[in-house]
Amino acid sequence: MASFWDRLFGRTSERESSAQAAKRRLQFVLVHDRINLPPDIMAAMKQEILDVISKYVQVNEDSIDIALHPSDGSSLNLLVAEVPFTKSIVAPKPDIDEDDDLEEPTA
Amino acid sequence: MGGKVVTVTSGKGGVGKTTSTANLGMGLARLGKRVVMIDADIGLRNLDIVMGLENRIVYDLVDVVEGRAKVKQAMIKHKQFPDLYLIPAAQTRDKSAVSPADMVQLCNELRKEFDFIIIDSPAGIERGFRNALAPSDDILIVTNPEVSAVRDADRVIGLIEAENKGPARLILNRVKMELVRKGEMMSADDVTDILGIKLIGIVPDDEGVVSASNSGSPVVLNENSRSGQAYRDIARRLTGEDVPFMALDSGGGLLAKIGRLFGGGR
Ligand SMILES: Nc1ncnc2c1ncn2[C@@H]1O[C@H](COP(=O)(O)OP(=O)(O)O)[C@@H](O)[C@H]1O
Ligand SMILES: [Mg+2]
Repeated sequence: MASFWDRLFGRTSERESSAQAAKRRLQFVLVHDRINLPPDIMAAMKQEILDVISKYVQVNEDSIDIALHPSDGSSLNLLVAEVPFTKSIVAPKPDIDEDDDLEEPTA
Repeated sequence: MGGKVVTVTSGKGGVGKTTSTANLGMGLARLGKRVVMIDADIGLRNLDIVMGLENRIVYDLVDVVEGRAKVKQAMIKHKQFPDLYLIPAAQTRDKSAVSPADMVQLCNELRKEFDFIIIDSPAGIERGFRNALAPSDDILIVTNPEVSAVRDADRVIGLIEAENKGPARLILNRVKMELVRKGEMMSADDVTDILGIKLIGIVPDDEGVVSASNSGSPVVLNENSRSGQAYRDIARRLTGEDVPFMALDSGGGLLAKIGRLFGGGR
């Protein structure tokens, strides 16, 4: 909460201070530095993810974006893959529910 | 095992390693400790200048390592503190003239006669850094509250952990409390939070540090200086004493103080 004095001195929490920006940017860059994945390994991972996903939906190879994010409170960092897709390749079959364990109620 | 080897390192250059080495060396000598400082920044010698000992150098670290001089011959004694010595870096050689094993051997010899052996590491993570790290018992990471300096410090901490050394402790140098209060500079808490190591001292940004270095008499000897006080405190912490952190909150103007009084400042 920004106190009266914070607001008076322009220290409101609405705008990120440069110190907060520095800390946030450091946390991002250090996730990369610490994990230290070589570019070729990163590219291989990206390709495999793409191969799997493109079995099911149509994706544009160039638009996939993989990023590492610092943890937000919990102790784990996140690997976030953004894969914009256009349409599904596999036409939904009418009987798909019967093959799909996840959709079965635990009866 | 005798004396303790303290390595002062940082990754990034210009953050205050040499300044910190000089001030802690003198700070420990002030406490009556027997101290020798080693300038491991071969090719870029400057601890001698900051200490005011530059015109008395005869032999250097490489002369010792290569057997041209005995350790005693290369040690320059400080006039004011007879138990304070410097082994200067070679100016005309490169870092490959010394190996990590050389440093371990030299320090093992020095441990017998000194309470503290303080090594001023060069910037970077190459040979010179390895040389400075190899014999260390205690590691001090110097950084400034800036993104690039903290990033480099993190890299160095990773390398230290990979060598099963440490845990290193942090000297946060050149802190401007007014900026921290305004949210324009990362605080010591921000930096220790990111790096995950313990703080051993916070040194304010202070013109007095520069003028003290200019005159060859480190600021730790100036009783009225806040940065000098910060270094005196760190020296005592190095001896194992539990010294509370001083509140770096004077200055900053009346308005900021009122703001704090009413719960504004953090
Ligand atoms: N606390 C401080 N306040 C002001 N100037 C400083 C402070 N610490 C270091 N400096 C200055 O910064 C410069 C770099 O310091 P130095 O100790 O040589 O860094 P390093 O050995 O890490 O390269 C020097 O000019 C020094 O006087
Ligand atoms: Mg230096």
